[in-house]
Amino acid sequence: MSPPIESRRRDVRRIACLSFFAVAALGGMRGARAADTDLVARGAYLERAADCEVCHTRPGGTPFAGGRAFVLPGIGTIYSSNITPDRETGIGTYTDAQFVSAVQAGVAPGWKHLYPVMPYPSYARMTADDVRAIRAYLDTLRPVRARAPANAVRFPYSFRPVMIAWNLINLPSAPLADDPGQSADWNRGRYLVEAAGHCAECHSPRNIMQATSSAHSYAGAVTGGWRAYNLSPDPDSGIGAWSDTQLAAYLSSGHADGHGTAAGPMAEVVSHSLRYLTARDISAMVTYLRTLPARPSDETVANVPPDTLAAAGSNRTNGGELFAGACGGCHLKDGQGRQVDVAALWGARSLGETQGRNLVKVLVEGSRLDTPQGAMTMPAFGPEYRDQDIADIANYAIGHFSHRIGHVTAGDVATARDGEPPS
Amino acid sequence: MPVAMLSRRGALAGAGGLLLAAMLPRAPARGAMRIVEDQTGPFAPNAFVRIAVDGAITLILPNVEMGQGIYTGEAMLIAEELAVGLDQIQIEAAPPGDPYITKELGTQATGGSTSTIATWTGLRQAGAAARTLLIQAAAARWSVGPETCQAEAGVIRHAASGRSLSYGEVAAAAALLPAPAAPAPLRDPAMFRLIGTSQHRLDSPAKVAGTAIFGIDVQVPGMLVGTVAACPVLGGILTHVDAVAARKVPGVRDVLTIGNAVCVVGDHFWAARKGLEALSITWDEGVNAAVTTATIYRQLHDALDGPAIVAHTKGDAKAAIASAATRIEATYQQPLLAHAPMEPINCTVQVGPDRCDIWVGSQVPLRARDAAAGITGLARDQVHVHNQYIGGGFGRRLEHEYVIQAVQFARQVSYPLKIIWSREEDLTLDRFRPAYVDRLVGGLDRDGNLVGIEHRIVGPAVVARWAPEALLPNGVDDDLLVATAVTPYAIPATFLEYARREAPGVVTAWWRGVGGTRGVFVVESFIDELAAQAGVDPVAFRRKMTGDSPRARAVLDLAADKANWGAPLPPHVGRGVALQYVFGSYLATVMEVEMSDTGTVRVRRAIVAVDCGRVVNPDQVVSQIEGGLIFGLSAALYNEVTLQGGRVQEDNFNSYRILRMNESPMIDVHLVDSTEDPGGIGETGTAAAAAALANAMAAASGRRYRTLPLMGRQA
Amino acid sequence: MLTLQINGVAHQVDVPDDMPLLWVLRDVLGMPGTKFGCGIAECGACTVHVDGKPVRSCSLPASLVGARPVTTIEGLAGDLVGEGVQKAWLDIDVVQCGYCQTGQIMSAVALLKANPHPTDDDIDQAMSGNICRCGTYRRIRAAIRNAAGVA
Ligand code: FES
Ligand code: FES
Repeated sequence: MSPPIESRRRDVRRIACLSFFAVAALGGMRGARAADTDLVARGAYLERAADCEVCHTRPGGTPFAGGRAFVLPGIGTIYSSNITPDRETGIGTYTDAQFVSAVQAGVAPGWKHLYPVMPYPSYARMTADDVRAIRAYLDTLRPVRARAPANAVRFPYSFRPVMIAWNLINLPSAPLADDPGQSADWNRGRYLVEAAGHCAECHSPRNIMQATSSAHSYAGAVTGGWRAYNLSPDPDSGIGAWSDTQLAAYLSSGHADGHGTAAGPMAEVVSHSLRYLTARDISAMVTYLRTLPARPSDETVANVPPDTLAAAGSNRTNGGELFAGACGGCHLKDGQGRQVDVAALWGARSLGETQGRNLVKVLVEGSRLDTPQGAMTMPAFGPEYRDQDIADIANYAIGHFSHRIGHVTAGDVATARDGEPPS
Repeated sequence: MPVAMLSRRGALAGAGGLLLAAMLPRAPARGAMRIVEDQTGPFAPNAFVRIAVDGAITLILPNVEMGQGIYTGEAMLIAEELAVGLDQIQIEAAPPGDPYITKELGTQATGGSTSTIATWTGLRQAGAAARTLLIQAAAARWSVGPETCQAEAGVIRHAASGRSLSYGEVAAAAALLPAPAAPAPLRDPAMFRLIGTSQHRLDSPAKVAGTAIFGIDVQVPGMLVGTVAACPVLGGILTHVDAVAARKVPGVRDVLTIGNAVCVVGDHFWAARKGLEALSITWDEGVNAAVTTATIYRQLHDALDGPAIVAHTKGDAKAAIASAATRIEATYQQPLLAHAPMEPINCTVQVGPDRCDIWVGSQVPLRARDAAAGITGLARDQVHVHNQYIGGGFGRRLEHEYVIQAVQFARQVSYPLKIIWSREEDLTLDRFRPAYVDRLVGGLDRDGNLVGIEHRIVGPAVVARWAPEALLPNGVDDDLLVATAVTPYAIPATFLEYARREAPGVVTAWWRGVGGTRGVFVVESFIDELAAQAGVDPVAFRRKMTGDSPRARAVLDLAADKANWGAPLPPHVGRGVALQYVFGSYLATVMEVEMSDTGTVRVRRAIVAVDCGRVVNPDQVVSQIEGGLIFGLSAALYNEVTLQGGRVQEDNFNSYRILRMNESPMIDVHLVDSTEDPGGIGETGTAAAAAALANAMAAASGRRYRTLPLMGRQA
Repeated sequence: MLTLQINGVAHQVDVPDDMPLLWVLRDVLGMPGTKFGCGIAECGACTVHVDGKPVRSCSLPASLVGARPVTTIEGLAGDLVGEGVQKAWLDIDVVQCGYCQTGQIMSAVALLKANPHPTDDDIDQAMSGNICRCGTYRRIRAAIRNAAGVA
């Protein structure tokens, strides 16, 4: 339950500071100056905002040493790179310009074109100064020798010039300039959402070129088998009905009463990134999100309050029985959560989704959210709960918590269990 | 003695002590005298009774209490003859010691449903011997003949003079008397006051109040708490551990290593656990790193053909089947199973220069003691095992490798060390009930009578590791003959063979009945298939074959009657029966299940008729059957331990599924009055579960279920 | 430093923020009646009451308890419903190994306090989160019925 990554990370940060000061004291190679301290601190914060760590860490591996696999249906498997300052396998020999080029243009030294799994189209909207600050922070990490496995990518994507062409068509060319007609908060929020936070990478559907669609921006999309929900202010299918407080709570802690708890990739974003942002930055993000164009989508929110849930009669279906045995111990029939707030799931969007996509993912993969009180985990239910059992639990939960008819099948569960195989 | 008793326990008779010697002091007179040299010491006529001069009566119970109610049952045996009420006594767990060795297991052990069988006579004799001495002491005080005195409820009375003395008042004098030369006469069973009546469990009040101390609850002054990561692949070793981060976790005190494991010690379990998670460990996983469950099953199936040992024959089964009108063949597969008792593995150890103390719940305290002596270099009598309540044993604590591990860690430190395994460690590093594959071939004559069975068992021999001297000379694990060589039926010809295949990548172990449990599933499933082939009702088919065994027929008739066998059932509901004779007890079980179109199985009710001989505490027999059935149903429906890359995949209750209250059936248990010697009961319900269930599912669905678990991946 | 209200007594403990209440009870305060079974909220062995509600103490960081009163099995003495449930447990000999039973009893007491006359369905709902490996479910159900006086 407790986070190995967490403690290691703290460790890394401590080592980072130590080595930085050691270098400074020795008047070291990089000629550290007082200003660098600020630069590294800023870089550390921006790294959180840009959430480099989560993708550049293999599950159970050393933070920032890369090797996490990303399976892109139809394209192949891509592994994140080592971004520790190791000279051979990391970014130790990159010049600042090369680093900025990799992060913002997707072009690594040696004219190596990265794949847009790396959200460089979003990062391109950051200022080069900010990217350099991140570099300054990464330089303070302990170098780790770890070579990422070779990507396994299908033609034509394996043909790097294809990516050059892709970039020409899809890459936004410049950092975001502040909009003078908007508040400083809004501009800051936009920067965090659109550039560093790269929210659109998951929350906007992709067009036929696999670029995020601006026509449907933030209307929600499926990435890696998980649905990233509609973030637009549409009241039925987006966040229009959420209060500012709820939105801020969800972003900064992963949970908002009446809206459930972040799971899967969003839980990772909260755990590694958003929970470290200042309250002011979170509120700036809220300010900006409110002004996005509303985009209605299929998945609407259903919100059945706990009192109604508690009053529901007993349910002796297989799903209802399994919920009482294996799930109720944390979530309770009224959805209010038994031990901890993050177990409160009433109002969660995953329960309004009649296909149960995220619900099934959580059931078979589990989820983990880091909080100041330690990691909160949802266990993954193994095969002794048959595919049909998981489907029954999901359909019961959708019916009970959202008064909808779930359409989850054993086949859906099997797919979620096997992962989406590269086609 | 029926041949079925030729189980692993029977076979061990030669390996250990003698029942009588065990149950009475080796040198009774001297023993008693020595204890009371100062005349104020307690009266301890044997290893099982101690009476203090203040009247406190303590019974020392040889078997460990792990839920089976044995403390209560054994106390009843002694108290019956000692002529005291259960409200007048205290109970105490026996220390490891030769007097507590039973012939059934060859060591001081609790397992195999043997406790009541083993102690039935001896404990009553212990009580009777003490009573005799107490009466003699009182009679001497009054200068009357002992035969004119009566003992009842802890008091000796001389009716003629109206005088009386309490046990405490004569304890000191009794302690000076020589022990009776011959065993004291036992009460006529017709006169039993306690035995055969339902008595409340003596361990319940503390367990209900939360004051009962299990091994995991032991607190020793100065103790620290450790938790362990052992190599997840069996046989692997530790090559490197980076403990820098772990040592920085607040509350972590030590990081200890042994050949195949790391232990992080902290002020409390939480610190230890966080420290453990902060370790970066490198294992050399060794030869088992590639083992998968598929490897194990494949090896078992491969051995269905090829050489095997003939384990048991009667008549000429091959010829009978060759000339039979109909021939049927079926292959059954059963998985590896974990014990998953509710109390995770734990052990508290303090090692000093001339003394080692171990606080643990063990089904084999002598083995634990001897192993600790070996590791520490201390003499056996310098090792003190303090046996504790066990939060569910099921055979897991017939192993003592966790004690060895704990001693290996604890000897590196100066403080008492309590080691608690996480549930994940407990499940993935369990020692497992083996997987088995059985093939049976049967023949029916033109009238649908069974003419013979050929049966090949493939799988590990648990006994070969656990008690190698008990492996039969021909290489057969005789535990596997339980329920297979001996059945409740008169089968004209049988040919039973055994192909031993040890499973790679796991250690296999006892598990709430190995031979009996797996054997009943296979044989009773096959009998059902034969009945179906013969077109005969499953109860009638069985009944016809119980000619030699009126006790079997009686339980079958009783269960069928109570279950209203033959009455029509709603659609999707099926009824199945299983009849068994294992652990010295006869059981007939009728189960009703409902199956949905999506394959969900609900067990609606189970009706069990039991003849386990003379019953000590009837309500506890019922309780054991109920619990044993539920335990067996979890396994039969859901449980299968699987390996990937040599690692066990099921690591907590989210992946090792335990039957819950809302899935558990109504259970009716009916006891048959019997004056036969007691049979075992702790494992019988478990043995009945899979067979009755699979037969009920076959009845409900019209197809056979030959692979366990019934709702598993392969089903 | 946290202050926890346990069985009516205030306890000051100095523990990490993420330390579950279970281990504070067992290893810091020396109250072993609350048991460790799984650590992931799947078995109920660690059930205690927080503000009268049954919670799994293995999955509740002590730092989140705050001022809410905690009742453990050790705190049932003198509690009318609690003692009634314990008596019902003894009357029909529910216990086998007993390891799960303190958690079962805490769940049952919470149920009866919230719902003095539960139906069998209610009992199943409230109790199915508690695993008993010894399989005492039938007797638990019966004991709860008895304690509720609706047998
Ligand atoms: S130990 Fe807390 S629910 Fe199992
Ligand atoms: S009584 Fe043993 S686990 Fe419930």
